[in-house]
Amino acid sequence: MYVYDEHDRQIAAERVAQFRDQTERALVGELSEEEFLPLRLQNGLYVQRLAPMLRICIPYGMLRSEQLRRLARVTRDYDKGYAHFTTRTNIQLNWPNLEDVPDILAELAEVEMHANQTSGNCIRNTTTDPFSGVQVDEIADPRPYCEIIRQWSTFHPEFAFLPRKFKIAVNASEHTDRAAIRVHDIGLQLVRNDQGEPGFRVHVGGGLGRTPMVGPVIRDFLPELDLLTYLEAIVRVYNRYGRRDNKFKARIKILVKALSPEGFAEKVEAEWAHIKDSPSRLTPEVVSKFQGYFTEPAYDALDNATDLLATQRFENREFDKWLTHNVNSHKKPGYAIVTLTLKKTGTPPGDVTDFQLEQIADLADEYSYGEARATHEQNVVLADVRQDRLFELWQKLVPLGFATANLNTLNDVICCPGGDFCALANAKSIPVAEAIQRRFDDLDFLYDLGPIDLNISGCMNACGHHHVGNIGVLGVDKKGEEFYQISLGGSSHHDATIGKILGPSFAREEMPEVIAKLINVYVENRTEEETFLDTYRRVGLDPFKERVYA
Amino acid sequence: MPDVIAADGTIRNDDWVVVPRPAAGESMDIPEDKPVLIPADLWLAGHEHFAAKPSVGVWFDSHDEPELLGEKVNELPLIAVNFPRFVDGRGYSIGRLLRERFGYRGELRAIGDVLLDQLQFMKRCGFDSYVLRADKDIAKAPKCLSFFTQTYQAATDTDQPLFRRRAS
Repeated sequence: MYVYDEHDRQIAAERVAQFRDQTERALVGELSEEEFLPLRLQNGLYVQRLAPMLRICIPYGMLRSEQLRRLARVTRDYDKGYAHFTTRTNIQLNWPNLEDVPDILAELAEVEMHANQTSGNCIRNTTTDPFSGVQVDEIADPRPYCEIIRQWSTFHPEFAFLPRKFKIAVNASEHTDRAAIRVHDIGLQLVRNDQGEPGFRVHVGGGLGRTPMVGPVIRDFLPELDLLTYLEAIVRVYNRYGRRDNKFKARIKILVKALSPEGFAEKVEAEWAHIKDSPSRLTPEVVSKFQGYFTEPAYDALDNATDLLATQRFENREFDKWLTHNVNSHKKPGYAIVTLTLKKTGTPPGDVTDFQLEQIADLADEYSYGEARATHEQNVVLADVRQDRLFELWQKLVPLGFATANLNTLNDVICCPGGDFCALANAKSIPVAEAIQRRFDDLDFLYDLGPIDLNISGCMNACGHHHVGNIGVLGVDKKGEEFYQISLGGSSHHDATIGKILGPSFAREEMPEVIAKLINVYVENRTEEETFLDTYRRVGLDPFKERVYA
Repeated sequence: MPDVIAADGTIRNDDWVVVPRPAAGESMDIPEDKPVLIPADLWLAGHEHFAAKPSVGVWFDSHDEPELLGEKVNELPLIAVNFPRFVDGRGYSIGRLLRERFGYRGELRAIGDVLLDQLQFMKRCGFDSYVLRADKDIAKAPKCLSFFTQTYQAATDTDQPLFRRRAS
């Protein structure tokens, strides 16, 4: 994992001092609300319905145990003892006092954490696959590139006031996309060219929100050393030509659409020609230096624990389910990737208490070389667990509520904080998630249904990624009442698709039954091998529509 | 006479007057006795008339394109860039392009909705003088120009990103 050197520490310390100064000026009225707004947003600080909300950055999802413990302490000392993992692998406090935020930032800086650029019209936290570095089929570990992008984008003087927020994601697997890169402003897919050299396929202009779009490719192969100069060219074109007259048309996707992907690419290439050979071009030495921060831990030489696990599975059916659903294969024999699900019915998806954060830290130390990862699906991953210790780990996870074996099922809901917390929301989202989870409480039925992405957003801003849910739910306001619109067929993976709206929206209490009807249409129509998405793609929207509105 | 902040935080006073863009059909109202900044495209249109005058500079609005002047920039002693609202970040790109693309060596001034917390970004993008919005406390400018003593990325102030400086 990346470790700060004296330069990073200096920048972090100066940032805390700067924000303390800005906060003081805001509190005495030297900075107006309007002037302070972008400054606090670029420090992750929203003023919400009930209290400020502080979004703390977890760069590309990576956490060390000491950072988890510090997050627990901050959550306990400055908040109400719980925090919320977001869909962009950050973590939010819902109740801090504005006056305390500089002190919170100082505490975070001690463990190399911050809240820089977690909101505002700037380049946000770069996200990637939570299985980076441990999965079998990746082109290269994406995290060194994410850290290179983090440093380049941090306090970039030219790009602090873009037309709108700007999100970059990197994916490294050839066959899966756990980073949803096609619905980001820039999506970078690691690839190798015919000579075997690493580089990126560059998608630009994907996004959710009011005008959801799948990002088109503007360059098939960008050599890895050209990463930063090319990003700089893209963001410069956006900064200069992106719309600033209408907030809802200000994302880069609107510019890409207006110019056409080809037209946009031409502008980028013309800009890039001027800067591609500047000193911002990476060197092989620099790339390998960053790669040196993400080396493998000291794995034991092991064989796969196939027989042991088979016995344990046979003896314990609950463990068997968990192993099937919440554990993934690892590139090293004898190891496994474990996902701790934060989706226990009755707890808002992604919520953790201070105690749970400390437990995750202890588990990371005990089982996974002291590291954990946040996922955009609002779970936590322990990436390097010995297979012969899985049973022991599982026994500890069960009482902590982390072993709900619903990963990737209908109940593994992605959900924004919604109207319970967020000032932007049109409707509550957490109670809808909970009602659906309660309606589908039979795990065997969920397993039989197979993987289904159910994504819920409380408003058009789409923090719950509803457009790319196989089933998407969007909270809407109708004359002051909360209603929910359903879309079907979305996907955030390699086959990224924006879902189609089913029809008129529903009242909250109707939602579990409506979802049940949709599920029934799938069950009745599926062939043996088909997932929900497959069936939807084959039969289309109509059978679902007919059933629900019958 | 505006107070002008220099990149090192010192404050001086000068006479440069920003001549507003005239309404359609009107002509520019240029004061005779003071150095003037006129809209860049109008300066270009009257190039022969203005070129020899040392007391004439230009200003760009945030939607203007610095490509308009290209290599002619060094005929000018002073170029100003207007930030119509402080959240309009186009001026930062204009500053960098004037300096890094067109090699402008004269004074580059930020005008308009110029606030304290944006000064260091402006400085890094090539601006070396700033006219702070009148209601802001100019005494705080030196501190705000130097919140950070270290930076990650290259800009106009240094073409060496931190990853290269670390390596050396």
